[in-house]
Amino acid sequence: MGDFFTVSALVVTFASGIRLATPFLLASLGETLGQRSGVLNLGVEGVMLLGAFGAYYTVLKAGSQPLALLVAIAIGIVMGLLYAVVTLVMQAEQGISGIGVFLFGLGFTDLAFQKWVGTPIPIARLEPWPIPGLSDIPVIGEVLFQHNPLVYGAFLLVPIMTYLISRTTFGLNVRAVGETPEAADTLGVSVNGTRLVTIIVANVLASLAGAVVALEVGNFQQNLTAGRGFIAIALVYFGAWRPFGAMVGSLLFGFVLALVNQWGALGIISGSASSLAAMAPAVLTIVVLVFISNRVGQPAALTRPFDRSN
Amino acid sequence: MKSSGKVIGKLLALTAAMIMVLAACGGGDSGDSGGDEAGPFRVAIVAPSADNDVAFTQSIFDSVNRVGESRDIEIASSTGLFVVEDAASALRGYAEEDYDLVIAHGSQYGAPVEEIAKEFPEVAFAWGTEVNTFGLANVSAYTVRSDEGGYAMGAMAAALSEAQNIGVVGPIEVGDAKLYVDGFKAGAEAQSPGIAVNVNYIESFSDVALAQEAATAFVANGADILTGTAQMVVGATGVAQSEGVAWFGTQSNQSSLGADIVVASQVYHWEVVLEDIIAGIDEGDLGGESHLLTLENGGLEIEFNDAYPLDGAIKQIGEDMVAGLKDGSIKTGQ
Amino acid sequence: MTVRGVKNDAEVELEHSAASSLARLRPFVGLAVPLLAVAAALAVGAIMLLALGTSPIEGYRAMITGSLGGADKLADTAIKAMPLMLVGVGICIAFRAGVINIGGEGQIIAGAILSTSTALLVPDLPSAILIPMVLIAGAIGGGIWGAIPGGLKAYLGVNEILSTIMMNIIAAHFLSFLLQDLLIAEGDVKIQQTERLSENADLPLLPGGTRLHLGFIIALLVAVAAYILLFRSTLGVRLRAVGHNPHASRYAGMPVQRSIVEALAFSGACAGIAGAVLVFGSQSHRLIGEGGAAGFTQSAGFNGIVTALFGGLHPLATVPASFLFGAMLNGGIAMQRAVQVPSAMIIALNGVVVIFVVGSLRLRERLQRWFDDRVGIETSKERA
Repeated sequence: MGDFFTVSALVVTFASGIRLATPFLLASLGETLGQRSGVLNLGVEGVMLLGAFGAYYTVLKAGSQPLALLVAIAIGIVMGLLYAVVTLVMQAEQGISGIGVFLFGLGFTDLAFQKWVGTPIPIARLEPWPIPGLSDIPVIGEVLFQHNPLVYGAFLLVPIMTYLISRTTFGLNVRAVGETPEAADTLGVSVNGTRLVTIIVANVLASLAGAVVALEVGNFQQNLTAGRGFIAIALVYFGAWRPFGAMVGSLLFGFVLALVNQWGALGIISGSASSLAAMAPAVLTIVVLVFISNRVGQPAALTRPFDRSN
Repeated sequence: MKSSGKVIGKLLALTAAMIMVLAACGGGDSGDSGGDEAGPFRVAIVAPSADNDVAFTQSIFDSVNRVGESRDIEIASSTGLFVVEDAASALRGYAEEDYDLVIAHGSQYGAPVEEIAKEFPEVAFAWGTEVNTFGLANVSAYTVRSDEGGYAMGAMAAALSEAQNIGVVGPIEVGDAKLYVDGFKAGAEAQSPGIAVNVNYIESFSDVALAQEAATAFVANGADILTGTAQMVVGATGVAQSEGVAWFGTQSNQSSLGADIVVASQVYHWEVVLEDIIAGIDEGDLGGESHLLTLENGGLEIEFNDAYPLDGAIKQIGEDMVAGLKDGSIKTGQ
Repeated sequence: MTVRGVKNDAEVELEHSAASSLARLRPFVGLAVPLLAVAAALAVGAIMLLALGTSPIEGYRAMITGSLGGADKLADTAIKAMPLMLVGVGICIAFRAGVINIGGEGQIIAGAILSTSTALLVPDLPSAILIPMVLIAGAIGGGIWGAIPGGLKAYLGVNEILSTIMMNIIAAHFLSFLLQDLLIAEGDVKIQQTERLSENADLPLLPGGTRLHLGFIIALLVAVAAYILLFRSTLGVRLRAVGHNPHASRYAGMPVQRSIVEALAFSGACAGIAGAVLVFGSQSHRLIGEGGAAGFTQSAGFNGIVTALFGGLHPLATVPASFLFGAMLNGGIAMQRAVQVPSAMIIALNGVVVIFVVGSLRLRERLQRWFDDRVGIETSKERA
């Protein structure tokens, strides 16, 4: 245990926690916006996988990370449009169609990987961009300011998303559409138009979250995201539909994951105890929520399709 | 919610109609291609992960293909069947189609193999990694002393490590993975007593990102050599590559995962076993024996990565260990 | 309607017969729409198969014969349908009570752990006692695993979508722990599985020479029991009332909090029975965790949700719905084998089918409403 309480070990743990939190954060920010407008997307995991494969394949073939991100964004837009057709036009049950998206993403990426790539060929990983000046601060610099640009981007999105939801007309519309779509409609807000935008943004962020995993790992394999999309959805509830809350949840989950990992690396936990330790992030997420005991209700119109003829 | 009676009626009718429609167009003959007197030797493989995982499942495919270099074989496969009951259906299906050899490549498939092999006494089954043939004359079991190669590579790793600190990324502490890791650790400690060999079982065979963080943590804690086993190691090899840390691979040749950092891989040559089994089948002997891959019988081989500039003296240590393990003068303690 | 009086008898007669033939057509709309959706999804699958260089006709033929062609295949399909049915029936109870239970996976695992432990503790009891015991143990295990998020939601305000997903993770790791430690079988090679469980606890095969076992009857009984619970008992009335409008129910003096716990406990119990059936009805007759928990749950905790929603959240309608998905899963393996496509193709196809079918349900509802409007003209006329 003594090994753990050294500055270097703690720095490693916290920096690793932030990296692990990033995909959760990106995906849960998007899902937060989507749910605020009344749309539940259980397909986050599937879109993450598609984004991960798209980004991996782009780097593999074209060697460009910026292009890979563009491809991931494009995949997010396409999946967003598809999901919009399913939920807004066809008005399908959102939970179940999301599971369809998940299965499709899981199967399709594995299939595409086997057909087009074959074997896990490594690609260049995202390089950290130390922020000049700040990264030189002892300890804090190493923990916070020596990450890859996507990590900074994800955390910068938190205030942006907060501002978007609570301070802009668009945000007002999103909230109105998520709480009382009928009233919003009477006031001339396009319910489905607003939801189309949030669905696309949510899918783009989910796709980028997958891209982060693939570019961090520098490789691809079937089920690369390993259930992270579902955890991201849970973290939206943890965050009580607020971007800041989603960030706290993502960081909590990421840190505990990193902590368990670090203890494993230092030999503090070993053998079958590691499977007990692997429960820790999930247990702690529940426990924390019990104590902060938020009773914020979910958006009233969540999962409810809007149909003027009703 | 709508009135329930209607929904049930409709669904019942829907199901009935679907069955009828489907059965009508599905009545055809399945086109049995039996009668394999002069045809190729037909092998079916059922495995839990993908055939290109650079690990456990790929090892059996590579081996069967190597058998195919010397004789005419036809391969059918069902991969990604981590659901045991699904694997059971696939095994039964291949048995019904009269494959000459049905390979169940996963120790969790034992119970269905036992069951199905009894139903198809004229079909030869092989399963691994295990030693139990259930007393059935048509079941061969195969397994591997992965600790042997682990031991030899552990010794080389210890000699190579300047920091005397090695990190091991494992999946779950069972089976073949545990055997390899324990052997590796024993080899490293035998070569260099007091060396730090830390093992982190990340509790998943598939979480590549977690394997990556495990490797990152090892490197940050001062490890200058990494190894690991199971299909999620691609996350760890990525870290090894970008941090310039040496990697020892196992199960399949992992040089493709990092040409600059993979020192050597322990490769499973299941063909040593398969050729025995197939020769038996040719003579009408469907199995009943348990086979073991060892360094001694050539089933295990340490394949060095030519692109890695390994010091000759260290390579010699590995070769001495292999020689010792082969003649029995060195034991892995497993 | 105002023009009604102007029409002559012949016109009315014509409209009448048109309306009654419409009325006769109506049930076919209910069938045709989802069937067309399945066909459309399979068409997408056919394109994928063509892209993979294989014959869709051969593939789908294998899928059909592999799931429905003969008693053995039908039995295998029924075996695949069992856990979906049990979990799905439980989902009906929870969702009807307004609780979103995503925790089927964890509840299956909890049921399997408790029932397996029971069989390991008292292996020598006669079948007539041991089988009911392991099933009840499964129900208790799953019930507890459901009641925990139920209590957290009812009394502490913890959202159940969050807690059930987390409970899944906890259960999977706990299973992994037990299968490395307390419950692992003795042997040279450490495999994450228990020893072969007592034969007295094997679910007996049903007559007919197939592999169909008692679990099927149990699943059907649970479906009927859930139907009675939801629609023929006062408890069911209360659960549904709470699901429909918790605030009104609270004002009406109903114990809303207790109802939430009960709904999740019953829901979890059904999944827990599925866990016991998956263990004691399996060909392995043991609890296997190698390669992750999904290896033994068959992801029924998630697929069961799809099944239940497909069955309109009605326990009895969930039965045929589970067959449909069971046939698809079972036929998928046969198809994979016959045309040698990666099994990932089957998973992707499964996803496409789900999206198309769910997408079509609302369309069906609209079409039916359109028919009802037409038929409504007829009935109002008759009354006049």
